[in-house]
Amino acid sequence: MKNIKFLIVGIYFGIVLVKSEVISWFRIQEMFRFQDIHMYGIIGLAIVTGAISLFIIKKIQMKSVDGEKIVMKPKKIHPGLVIGGLMFGLGWAFTGACPGPIYALIGGGTSVFIVVLLSALAGVWVYGLIKKWLPH
Amino acid sequence: MEPWPWYVAGPLIGLLVPLLLWLGNKPFGVSRSFKHICAATTPIKLKFFDYNWKDHLWNLFLVAGVVLGAFIASNYMNDGSQVAISNETVSDIKALGITSFEGLVPSDLFNWESLLTAKGILFMIVGGFFVGFGTRYAGGCTSGHSITGLSNLQLPSLIATICFFIGGLISTYFLIPLVLN
Repeated sequence: MKNIKFLIVGIYFGIVLVKSEVISWFRIQEMFRFQDIHMYGIIGLAIVTGAISLFIIKKIQMKSVDGEKIVMKPKKIHPGLVIGGLMFGLGWAFTGACPGPIYALIGGGTSVFIVVLLSALAGVWVYGLIKKWLPH
Repeated sequence: MEPWPWYVAGPLIGLLVPLLLWLGNKPFGVSRSFKHICAATTPIKLKFFDYNWKDHLWNLFLVAGVVLGAFIASNYMNDGSQVAISNETVSDIKALGITSFEGLVPSDLFNWESLLTAKGILFMIVGGFFVGFGTRYAGGCTSGHSITGLSNLQLPSLIATICFFIGGLISTYFLIPLVLN
């Protein structure tokens, strides 16, 4: 089972999400009200850590464990970044949870977030349904 | 165990970017798992979901791990303390009529009983729908755009992240007070 390693990475991520309180609605409110460094410090240092890692990966042309060349697809600019981005932001403040925390809240025992997950899946499905009529 | 400070949690999350690349050349991102679940379960054939979702099983293992990890942390690594948000945030949230500060989310808003009230529908069902639709239309969420994309100096991810925040501010300062008052 080559995917077991990703399960273990997920367990690690889930533990960090809970222990850092990133999955807390209260912390998200605090962030959007600019009243503490907590969330900004987490996201900021995550970006810095990621950026330094990617710089090193490119510099030494690191290979994956399977010996593959590490590649990252560039992202495209399109209207969805703005329209979809705004929509996600609106929902993020209401639910207090972006996708990772939705899963983590369910695992942590806030069972009603199963409904939030199902609603998010419905959102993705409707996007798939009407995608051809949306600007891209 | 006490909660971890931001300067510990931030780097631990950032390390997921090189870790997933090293382990399988995978980009760190969570929201795409929603698409794969839809692809696996869609009742009608849609072009957007017409691909072999089993090729992306790694992503579903990742989110299954998140559920499991959160279970472990909540049950065996938790001292049950309240989330130590700033006093200003506490008074702002109290002003919205929220009274419960126990646990990670206010039970005033997130509980099974209020699911079908106007408040419950907006905070859980509509909120969740917007998270799903929005992340897919934007092509990523906090992990895919704000962390992975910005780490990789992607301009599209910067645009997306700014819009995530503008949306969040609109909800926080206008819509949520409107709904709760």
